[in-house]
Amino acid sequence: MYRIVRREALRPTVTLLEIEAPLIAKKAKPGQFIILRVDEDGERIPLTIYNADPAKGTVTIIFQIVGATTEKLNHKKEGEFLQDFVGPLGKATEIEGRKKVCVVGGGVGCAIAYPVTKAFHDAGAEVHAVIGFKNKDLVILEDDFRAASDVLKVMTDDGSYGEHGLVTDALKALIEEGNTYDEVFAIGPMMMMKFVSLTTKPYGLKTVVSMSPIMIDGTGMCGGCRISVGGETKFACVDGPDFDGHQVDWDLAVKRGGMYKEFERHAHEETCNLFKQEVK
Amino acid sequence: MANMSLKKNPMPSQEPDVRNKNFNEVALGYTKEQALDEAQRCLHCKNKPCMQGCPVMVHIPDFIEKVAAGEFEEAYQIISNTSALPAVCGRVCPQESQCEKYCVRGVKGEPVGIGRLERFVADWHNANCTEAPAKPASNGHKVAIIGSGPAGLTCAGDLARKGYEVTVFEALHLAGGVLVYGIPEFRLPKSIVQKEVDGLKALGVKVETDMVIGRVLSIDELLEEYGFEAVFIGSGAGLPMFMHIPGENLCGVYSANEFLTRINLMKAYKPDSSTPIQHGKRVAVVGGGNVAMDAARCAKRLGADVHIVYRRGKEELPARAEEVEHAEEEGIIFDLLTNPVEIKGDDKGDVCGMTCIRMELGEPDASGRRRPVEIPGSEFTLDVDCVIMALGTSPNPLIKSTTKGLEINKKGGIIVNEDGLTSRENVYAGGDAVTGAATVILAMGAGKTAAKAIDEKLSAK
Repeated sequence: MYRIVRREALRPTVTLLEIEAPLIAKKAKPGQFIILRVDEDGERIPLTIYNADPAKGTVTIIFQIVGATTEKLNHKKEGEFLQDFVGPLGKATEIEGRKKVCVVGGGVGCAIAYPVTKAFHDAGAEVHAVIGFKNKDLVILEDDFRAASDVLKVMTDDGSYGEHGLVTDALKALIEEGNTYDEVFAIGPMMMMKFVSLTTKPYGLKTVVSMSPIMIDGTGMCGGCRISVGGETKFACVDGPDFDGHQVDWDLAVKRGGMYKEFERHAHEETCNLFKQEVK
Repeated sequence: MANMSLKKNPMPSQEPDVRNKNFNEVALGYTKEQALDEAQRCLHCKNKPCMQGCPVMVHIPDFIEKVAAGEFEEAYQIISNTSALPAVCGRVCPQESQCEKYCVRGVKGEPVGIGRLERFVADWHNANCTEAPAKPASNGHKVAIIGSGPAGLTCAGDLARKGYEVTVFEALHLAGGVLVYGIPEFRLPKSIVQKEVDGLKALGVKVETDMVIGRVLSIDELLEEYGFEAVFIGSGAGLPMFMHIPGENLCGVYSANEFLTRINLMKAYKPDSSTPIQHGKRVAVVGGGNVAMDAARCAKRLGADVHIVYRRGKEELPARAEEVEHAEEEGIIFDLLTNPVEIKGDDKGDVCGMTCIRMELGEPDASGRRRPVEIPGSEFTLDVDCVIMALGTSPNPLIKSTTKGLEINKKGGIIVNEDGLTSRENVYAGGDAVTGAATVILAMGAGKTAAKAIDEKLSAK
């Protein structure tokens, strides 16, 4: 069992949890993820690590409520426990040797984009960051990004905060202004990563994306997380989660990501109803 | 006077047409009367030929003698002296190619039902003896075991009984390895695995779940920082293999590992499970091994029409004859001498068919089996909406890549000597991590060998 030492509602549907997991905290690197189960008989879900504090022995995650499991997770309070917390899984993001990079984060994906941004920044790279959200109410981690980047663009789809537009608009503008990058790193919804990759391709800019497909064990045993990269089948949990965005078969990845949508929608509704009953 | 019947007492089982709709255990086990009767068939040969077929050297005639005398607990003690998992072995061992293969009664008629008797004894013990085994006094030596499957549990049990302080590290949230994620409930109830694990805990074995060794801790750290004097790697088979044909990543194509894990470990067959699974209406399982049979029988129980698609003939099926028979009885259709060429998908990315080609058997290949050859122009489409690939596994590179000096062979298996010792001092290995996918009992044998070697090494210190 793993104790929740801090819970913070960043936004109505976005929550931060700091979990006591000293061994994982000691090893975790930017880009890696954990798998958790909220309770016994719970589903195993992968979530990327936002921050690891080896001195405190804690690992912090940020998640958005999208299904039954994240709904249950959101109802956990400080001092309560998670059933399982496994990690760090996947390969760490490659940070070394980049002189100038652009990190693009979308929505709750910014929780993962941030540690990568910070790692590039701490390694001495010039870092441009583009973070995008649906609207003002969903903006997270702006101050963190500002502190870890040389240029920051905050975008909202509806223009209610920052600049009006998509992250790809801002990225394109930065490139058109004459910025060249050793690497563009994108993390967020699948569609966003796809279009970031399409944006950078004509410029020949190396683009790395962090994939988060459906998975069970996270150690390579089930093969459920397989994606097609450059025509080859890869397991995101052991070969990734970072891949060359120009090589990923996005249509396939999007379809596989939606494999259990109907089940998830139903389970989410049922869970919400359960919590509503409890409140009464 | 021995019972000279040429036939074994048959195993009481659920009727095929009933059991293919539920996940309860298929075989129901001998009654006391049947066990007494079957035990009488043993001739108590002086040279005990059956024992040479047992990878963990159970003293078979001795335990059967106790069964015949109605001394079931004594029989259990004899088995558990050398086997860490009697209730498991009695269910999943391929006795026909091991102990029972060498039984003298098999020369004329059927061999003694050794596996069925072992199962009876273990179940009798579990039902009647609630007393936990006494925890042996510690000898002060610490050993780490990686993986809680049959190899790891056996190694842990043997060492714990000798007083070693054993910690088992398991990557998943539940101990048991393939016994809990792979083998279905209807062949091996999970409550039985749990009992065996609890028995080891009573002996003082610590089980740490959620620990992916190679990520959260390395083998070097276990040896240098955590005070373990020896490590046994029983991390299992690893990554599922695919055919590399078009359409293999469509929605509705599973590895057998994933399909079985969702069902067995995550209980996706229960209506209230939080883990989803596709309930295919027409399922093709590609492969002919025990895992393919397990996947097919699970899919059948979820309500599908199920085809086994295998490129060689019935004679060549690698699965146990008993498993094939059970699958056939339950209504699984065997498309033999058939090989998939392409999986077809609709515009949503879901499976909507599988193109196959007919095969014929040619000259024997390196494995001694006749090589399947495609018959040109014989392609046809199998109407399926779900495909499960049960083609075997390749070793997980995680431990190798994080352990300096650990040598592996061309296929990725860890290289060990006859004692289970790897190329690293004090690091032992066994089971599928060494051999590639094999059986529960062979993994147990390897765990036992390594436990003996570890004991000899550490007790000489």
